[in-house]
Amino acid sequence: MIAQSEIRYALYLGCTVPVRGMNYEMAARKVAERLGIKLVDVDGFSCCGFPARPLNWQAGLLMAARNLALAEAQGLDILTLCSACTSTLTEANHRLKEDAELRAWANEQLAGMGHTYKGTARVRHFARMLYEEVGVDTLREAVTVSLADFGFAPHYGCHYLKPSHLYDGFDDPENPQSLDRLIEAAGARVVRYKDEAQCCGGGILGFDEETALLVAKQKLDHVTAAGADGLVLICPFCAIMYEANQRRVESAYEVEYKLPVLYYPQILGLAMGFSLEEMGIKLNRVKPRGLIKALRS
Amino acid sequence: MSDENKVIIDVSNFDPHFRDEIAAEPGGEHIRRCFSCSTCTAGCPVAGVTDKYNPRRIIHMALLGMREQVLASDFVWLCSVCYTCYERCPQDVRIPELMNAIRNIAVQEGYVPATLKMQVEKLQAHGRLYEIEDYENERRAEYGLPPIREEAAEVRQILRQAQDNVLEQTNAEE
Repeated sequence: MIAQSEIRYALYLGCTVPVRGMNYEMAARKVAERLGIKLVDVDGFSCCGFPARPLNWQAGLLMAARNLALAEAQGLDILTLCSACTSTLTEANHRLKEDAELRAWANEQLAGMGHTYKGTARVRHFARMLYEEVGVDTLREAVTVSLADFGFAPHYGCHYLKPSHLYDGFDDPENPQSLDRLIEAAGARVVRYKDEAQCCGGGILGFDEETALLVAKQKLDHVTAAGADGLVLICPFCAIMYEANQRRVESAYEVEYKLPVLYYPQILGLAMGFSLEEMGIKLNRVKPRGLIKALRS
Repeated sequence: MSDENKVIIDVSNFDPHFRDEIAAEPGGEHIRRCFSCSTCTAGCPVAGVTDKYNPRRIIHMALLGMREQVLASDFVWLCSVCYTCYERCPQDVRIPELMNAIRNIAVQEGYVPATLKMQVEKLQAHGRLYEIEDYENERRAEYGLPPIREEAAEVRQILRQAQDNVLEQTNAEE
């Protein structure tokens, strides 16, 4: 047990994780607890506002402000698991902090619901928190099970790093390093592949499925060609594109990947000695057979 | 190419104020900065797999004043909002924000794709894109996860306010 008692956050799950990414949530909660990070469940969190932005930017902004206000009221910063939630909440925070007129307008709208936005809550992605606040050295010390035989391809996704001006220079969107270091801290190898920064296509899945799946296919091709044991990612929507839709890409294009897709906290947790059950591997649709075999023996 | 295969554009229908309309919409402020270098399109993951989406072309059409062609199009909904072009654009046009501004105007004009309509209905009903009622909470409990209470009323209120604002704006313009 490593004492990190000063790290305390409101856990913001968003829409997708608590229904379609329960394995991500299970692993994140278990890993955080073992590392001494206190996660608080805040009643009343709703969608971050991302899907409302195309309809009306004010609605998207207010939905984000409402969630931020709920965390503020409890004196907590926000910890996110979904990258789109991360950028939506972070951007709203930036805009409302910088623009007093907009802030006053937002508070007028929120007043009827009994909320006030002050701008006191910080927003952090789980992976960034691990990298910056826990640190790779501490993670390495927490590892008890060797994953040295496994090589994973990192997928950073888009909103974890971009737009970069929201993230105060954290990591480099063109050549990111943080997830690589985290994979290494868990004791596994990092596998390089073509076009690592490419988007999953999730943003257009609902508008043009064929094109979205074609975007996802490229990464599945590249990661498979590189011979990785799995794709490691940190966003539930990326997982939907690469894992939940992997079969559909396979049948549409008559290819076979069977590429395991794992959330980073799952591999970290396995390396920390948690069981496959505790890390929700049962919920991974493409079974990471190599990992399962190695950890069961 | 023979004349029959050419798509001749009728420039008399162009709306020279469309660029101003976009620039007035939050997110669209930088549209006039575009000098059509195509950096956005070269790095676009969607344009990389289909000709249906070409951000440089959409911005050019908007600058020319092809208002109806842009607003009624399917292609303004094909930006994946990955921010690759946002990072690389030498003129800081902020294309994903610009596309969102165009989408907001399209919605005001009644162009609402079925998917967006469905997503907004989900948000109104559940406050989130995936409902969490008894069944979902029972499943969560099986995996040792705490229950979640849906908060839809306040989200509904926010969406209704937005809708009223849009209606007000539309009425004021008419």
